[in-house]
Amino acid sequence: MTTTLRLILSLSLTLILAACASAPTPVGTGDLGVVIERANGTVAVVNTSTQTVLGDIAGLGDLSHASVVFSRDGAHAYVFGRDGALTKLNILTRQIEARTQQAGNSIGGAISQDGRLVAAQNYEPGGVKVFDAQTLALVADIPAEYAPGKLSRVVGLADLPGHRFIFSLFDADQIWIADLSTPQKPALQKFTQIGHQPYDALVTPDGRYYIAGLFGEDGLTLIDLWAPQPQARRILQGYGRGQQPLPVYKMPHLRGWAVAGRQAWLPAIGHHEVLIVDTDTWQEVGRIPVAGQPVFVMARPDGRQVWVNFAVPDYHRVQVIDTQSRQIVQTLEPGKAVLHMEFTPRGEAVWISSRDANLVSIIDTQTLQTLSTLSLPSPSGIFFTSRAARMGF
Amino acid sequence: MRPDILQPLSPGWVAACRQATVGALCLLAGGAWSQASDTEPSPARQQTLIHIVRQDCGSCHGMRLKGGLGPALTPEALADRPVAALVSTILQGRSGTPMPGWQGMLDEQDARWIAQQLLRGFPEVKQP
Repeated sequence: MTTTLRLILSLSLTLILAACASAPTPVGTGDLGVVIERANGTVAVVNTSTQTVLGDIAGLGDLSHASVVFSRDGAHAYVFGRDGALTKLNILTRQIEARTQQAGNSIGGAISQDGRLVAAQNYEPGGVKVFDAQTLALVADIPAEYAPGKLSRVVGLADLPGHRFIFSLFDADQIWIADLSTPQKPALQKFTQIGHQPYDALVTPDGRYYIAGLFGEDGLTLIDLWAPQPQARRILQGYGRGQQPLPVYKMPHLRGWAVAGRQAWLPAIGHHEVLIVDTDTWQEVGRIPVAGQPVFVMARPDGRQVWVNFAVPDYHRVQVIDTQSRQIVQTLEPGKAVLHMEFTPRGEAVWISSRDANLVSIIDTQTLQTLSTLSLPSPSGIFFTSRAARMGF
Repeated sequence: MRPDILQPLSPGWVAACRQATVGALCLLAGGAWSQASDTEPSPARQQTLIHIVRQDCGSCHGMRLKGGLGPALTPEALADRPVAALVSTILQGRSGTPMPGWQGMLDEQDARWIAQQLLRGFPEVKQP
């Protein structure tokens, strides 16, 4: 080999090595997620494979009752803060990419089927605002005006197929569908007198049914969105409030509800019960006594188990129900003030936040043993990127 | 010696308060007792109450107490509300709204202290 050739080879090798050193290691997003640290305006970015905290993103304002939706690529998280701020995070670079103070008081949001629109549901001023998912530029403002000058607080916002969002008006006993096919001119379809004080709602995983829980009366409202003329009808009258309404220390959350096989599992409101409903007939088929007022009733992705957490003062417990035997198979005590549970994409583990224990517990859903714990200050909502691919999340 | 009725509510009383049938008695006891303004919750209990208000009441009223499903609980928002009315709302709840009565977890002394602090501007949780 000539000296020249040797030199060229050596130089090439150096260049290749240099290129290797500077190219970023490609990272997927399928096993990433975020945990809300509600007291300090921070979210932690986590990895569900390594069960570790990768880092923090701070400066997000009031994150009590914060919720999150993900972009289709799983790389961006949209955080809806209680104080009305909407923040777009890049969870790979762990940086804030856009942020808008869009309302005075907000309760959550949704992302459209095609990932292009992000909608926020607001208490103050009552209504829904829709943003460009890329830039967070305002696309549409939909005040929930149900009487001249009167705006309702909005709850139960969910995405529907098409450029549509559905939501409930707590103060107006109405459900609206906003079609943003022409984003600047949203077309509204309104269902009135749907029942008193809808407090939260959900859309079934297939996008067919929208179900709103009613605080002001004993029942739920169902809309079959596949019907030629969708109508709101009452189901499960006597479902949860019972003849003697009990004080409800925390509103149950229906979003993230449990559909396991043909059954839906729902939190009773006030009562220490989980209700089982047949999703063909929408009749109640059973009730299971539980350890407190249920807040989240969530099915493991395969539907074999349903996990339940509770309102104060029973919020140090989590119960696991076997959906086949309909028995409680385990009562866990992961720490004080359990606020949220999130299953890994295929459900081999569940992450549970215990606010007052400053702890996130990672629990094996087969053995029910704690695999690991993470110390995080006042953790609340836990959101994994697998939500990006699910309707109603 | 002070009459028993001026003593802070015993656990027995709190339990009794939960029974609707003795509601009137409970109010009577509470009303008389409330004149004993020199008693307030212990410092440790105060910290617990601050935590309860910020976190659990915060579920609906917001951790900053600026409102949510429930109304704002800032001094400005509550300016014209008498303490007694706030105490009654805290313990009995407000019918027709999602506000529950908290007498299962708080006694009259707790509620009065919370109401007074809300009117002044509610204290922050002490950072450890």
